[in-house]
Amino acid sequence: MGPYLKYLLSALVILGLLIAINAMLSEAGLFGFGLSDYYGRLVVFIGINVILAVSLNLINGVTGQFSIGHAGFMAVGAYVSAYFTVYHGKAIEAWLTSHSFGLVGPTISSTLVLLLVILIGAVASALAGLIVGIPSLRLKGDYLAIVTLGFAEIIRIVIVNIDKVGGPTGLTVPGYANFLWVGIFAVVTIVIVHNIVKSNLGRALVSIREDELAAEAMGINTTRYKVIAFVISSAFAGIAGVLFAHYNKFLSTQDFQFIRSFEIIIMIVLGGLGSMTGAVLGAVVITILPEALRRLPDIHVGAHTFQLVDLRLVIYAALLIVVMLTRPQGILGTREFNLRWLKRKPVQEKLP
Amino acid sequence: MDTFVQQLINGLTIGSIYALIALGYTMVYGILRFINFAHGDIYMAGAYAGLFIATGFGFSVSPSVFAFAITLIGSMVVAAIFGIIIERFAYRPVRKFSRMTTLITAIGVSLFIENLFVFLFTNTPRAFPELLSNRTYHLFGNAAISKSQLLIFAVSILLMVLLQYIVFKTKIGTAMRAVSFNLASAKLMGINTNFIISFTFALGSALAAAGGVLTTQYTPQIYPLMGIITGLKAFVAAVLGGIGNVPGAVLGGLLIGMAETMVVGYGIKIGIPSTFRDAVAFAILIIVLLVRPSGLLGTTVQEKV
Repeated sequence: MGPYLKYLLSALVILGLLIAINAMLSEAGLFGFGLSDYYGRLVVFIGINVILAVSLNLINGVTGQFSIGHAGFMAVGAYVSAYFTVYHGKAIEAWLTSHSFGLVGPTISSTLVLLLVILIGAVASALAGLIVGIPSLRLKGDYLAIVTLGFAEIIRIVIVNIDKVGGPTGLTVPGYANFLWVGIFAVVTIVIVHNIVKSNLGRALVSIREDELAAEAMGINTTRYKVIAFVISSAFAGIAGVLFAHYNKFLSTQDFQFIRSFEIIIMIVLGGLGSMTGAVLGAVVITILPEALRRLPDIHVGAHTFQLVDLRLVIYAALLIVVMLTRPQGILGTREFNLRWLKRKPVQEKLP
Repeated sequence: MDTFVQQLINGLTIGSIYALIALGYTMVYGILRFINFAHGDIYMAGAYAGLFIATGFGFSVSPSVFAFAITLIGSMVVAAIFGIIIERFAYRPVRKFSRMTTLITAIGVSLFIENLFVFLFTNTPRAFPELLSNRTYHLFGNAAISKSQLLIFAVSILLMVLLQYIVFKTKIGTAMRAVSFNLASAKLMGINTNFIISFTFALGSALAAAGGVLTTQYTPQIYPLMGIITGLKAFVAAVLGGIGNVPGAVLGGLLIGMAETMVVGYGIKIGIPSTFRDAVAFAILIIVLLVRPSGLLGTTVQEKV
């Protein structure tokens, strides 16, 4: 029972931490410590981006396939789930509260609705991933990239043309999600993807990345495994989309343009392609950086005042280029951050 | 029939601009196996260079063929220098690294140019002066072709012929093809590959700038983010024709341009609203790639173990 107890304990600790952070983000705060709404949003978006980056890392980092359409699958999850909550959410909630002998209050019922639509969004995105993946994963390299980009753009344009979900004007969604759920699903995503990478499936995926021909020669059905990775990754992108929709309370197709997909790619490359902790780190850095750059000071040169804040996006792009020039393998490379790094001893040099 | 001819003319107009931009994508890809995501922004920068040349010389008040030629050539030169600078300082240092690194660098360069232009010239669209006194020639029926459209055809064809000449008849073109065939061997044969790569970027960027200036004579408004969607479609055109293949880029560009105007003109009759205009390029690309995985004119390379 040893390892299971350890897992259970760590799960409880993580859950406790998430609940504490969630309390800090609420209006009352935790023991008087509270974060403002601005930071609250930032923390939630970090969580959503962690889900996106870790799941995309499964395709781009672990399997070595070049997909730049992640925002499209996120959009599928977001819009399908938003459709359900907007048009059926209230009815389901009412049914739950009236059929549970008073056991289910409004908070629990809205949470149950959220979990239901997360499931729906994940399944819808996984289906979209399957439909996109089966034909396009036969393509390689840059051709795959452009096809996934194309599919994502088509998904977006199709959504713009559906009036039922707001079309170009956007859609207001009830705000069921909060940090707690975003955090839980971020942790769940990390755990599941980590376990996939360490499993037989993960070995097969890595072998496809290292050498597709050799993997095929070893009897691995490469297309099948690529599609599996793609579907799993899409499902998580869908979950991120659902959480985004129900936290942001407003959906616009502007949020799912191809630049969003690029942003996720930037996160995983910046953190170190193929490294899970790298993806998490990249998600944190890329979410915080544009906001941090809002605090750039003004520069006084003689009588002139230059507001560096206006240049923040230019500086952001320049930083990105500089990081790539100086650390092309990303911050962590393909290594994983490990607590053992902190306590490792310096290597003793052997004298001849 | 009249409207069909009209749509055809409009489609070819947009298509030749896509083709000009696609040539830059395809040439760079042919040599470096690298998607230059900043290419669409060079197209935009070329249009801005054209604007400043045109207003700087006061061409806006006195349109003439001369004014147009100066603006076109001037912006092409500026963009060529711009392309060389980008290649030298952003792409050359990351060339030896992985594909993802170069891709992110390209995205970074693209964001850098876009945001820099937004910072310098704001997001508000600017009017581009008409460089030629415009008039419309009536063809049979109601179909008409404007002078600017004729100009776009003429200049595009001229530039494409010129490019074909450079690539296939000159010494530097031979070197370009050699580098594209095998960079390492070309280097061993004494070709200055860095110079050839710079030259390719200059050539591609100049063509994109020409596309930018020509666009302004058709839709006379420019803004810093104009290169995003046009660049993306031109890239789709390059892949459609078979990326790395020069005639393929032209074919792809014309196809995408025509498909787009046909959807706007006739799509509603077969149940595709005109708002799907931007999706058509991708849909065609996906269908073509599923049948011919390396594009229309691309050649499949047999993988060796």
